[in-house]
Amino acid sequence: MSALDYLSAALLLLGFIFSLSGAIGLFRFPDFFTRIHASSVTDSSGAVCIILGLALQTNFDLVTVKLLFILFFLLLTGPTGSHALAKSARHGGLLTIPECQEKAKDGVS
Amino acid sequence: MTVLIDLILLAMLVITAFRIIYIKDLFSVVMLFGIYSFLCAALFVTLDAVDVAFTEASVGAGISTVLMLSTIAITGRKEKLSLHSHTFATLIVLLTGGALIYGTFDMPLFGLADNPVHEHVAPRYIETSPTEIGLPNMVTSVLASYRGFDTFGETVVVFAAAIGVFSLLGVRGKPTELLAQEQGLTQHKVLRVVAKISIPLIILFALYVQFHGDFGPGGGFQAGVIAAAAFILYALTFSLRKAVGVVSPRFVKYLAPVGVLLYASVGLVSMLNGANFLDYNVLAADPVDGQHYGIIIIELGVGITVFSVMLGIFYAFAGQVEKANVQ
Amino acid sequence: MDSVLAASGLGILIVMAIALARAMVAPTVYDRILGVNMFGTKTVLFIATIGFIMGRPDFLDIAIVYALINFIGMVAVLRFFEYTSESN
Repeated sequence: MSALDYLSAALLLLGFIFSLSGAIGLFRFPDFFTRIHASSVTDSSGAVCIILGLALQTNFDLVTVKLLFILFFLLLTGPTGSHALAKSARHGGLLTIPECQEKAKDGVS
Repeated sequence: MTVLIDLILLAMLVITAFRIIYIKDLFSVVMLFGIYSFLCAALFVTLDAVDVAFTEASVGAGISTVLMLSTIAITGRKEKLSLHSHTFATLIVLLTGGALIYGTFDMPLFGLADNPVHEHVAPRYIETSPTEIGLPNMVTSVLASYRGFDTFGETVVVFAAAIGVFSLLGVRGKPTELLAQEQGLTQHKVLRVVAKISIPLIILFALYVQFHGDFGPGGGFQAGVIAAAAFILYALTFSLRKAVGVVSPRFVKYLAPVGVLLYASVGLVSMLNGANFLDYNVLAADPVDGQHYGIIIIELGVGITVFSVMLGIFYAFAGQVEKANVQ
Repeated sequence: MDSVLAASGLGILIVMAIALARAMVAPTVYDRILGVNMFGTKTVLFIATIGFIMGRPDFLDIAIVYALINFIGMVAVLRFFEYTSESN
């Protein structure tokens, strides 16, 4: 294995770790807004690492360009989608944990 | 290795299917159908059926999600409770399923070299298509040339489906007064900017798929769906009114038969030149060149029809949603 | 190098399975969409990786379609919420 291969393997591993932590965060975080934070940040960083890792495997031709196009498009649409979804959830009346506690307190007093 | 991947994907597919049966919220069902279609396409990819995966990706996950969402926007999100008993129906389904599984025992094993499917026309296509047609993507050669009649039939079926939808739901030529109030996703400013950037990219990619289908995966069908998806994205973010202003329903209505006629006219031209219907060899002096011309033109015909049918069906559905929403 | 690619393909499959579980058992409907969205992104990466494992990099076209379609699906969902909240 050449140096490029080692670098690519490292990037793929890093991408996997990012993705896995995001997936775990999807279950472990307490409210929707923290969960969307976990998923959106790791989606982008995982995609960057994995696609760059794959790009190092190519012969740097049309395939590399296609990979970079996928990366560009994922980086453009992923965060946008998460942002719009969070906004939509906010308008739909979803509350963060502190707001829920506040509301509960108000209800008691 | 691939067996392991196949097994995991199949397991996820089955779990998703069972979950879809038990969910009563139709919106969640549509979401899970999206996942189901993603999984199907991943399976097709592992089976090396790239063109099929392409179609599943664009139609299954894209257009049908949009259409199903617009349907439940009119009909409501909850599944109706069924009051009668399911015993008899379950029995019949189990019996039929059992019979089908019993039938598979007689089928040859998956992937055997001497399966019937590998013994009739497939070897001929594989051996002669490089010299007869000379396209790198053999799927396109089979689809557009050897099986040109079948593909013509499929294009006509797509067109017939559009006629059905248009006559049931109706496509209005001009937007009504009611539509004028609609503004699209005004609150999502970031989304509007990003949609504006990505719509030309999607159309460009559709053109690439259309004209690169002879060399790589893709072709008219997939390209038509992707191009329609770009306009649907425009209608979703910036309002139906604006999209109708760009491509009017009347134009779509007239465009849909154009593709079918283009396809058929290639067949007629080859008949006029003294060959059989859809025999492209006579379209140019060199038979291989003739095949290339024929395939490019009929793929264009398929692309035009599929594009206008998909967009027309979306207009018909979205028009109903608007009507229901305003009233 | 092939084993590294295969391992990362399996790794992405594991993440896909977790996202699928979230999409199936979701506390709110927004979590379901989040799971579906994550599943879609991971499918794009999975198909890209599969192309390299099988030595057929033209699979990347499908990954591109997925990236495009995933976005359109997301916009359709947002649009749907807009309608249902207006009518309520």
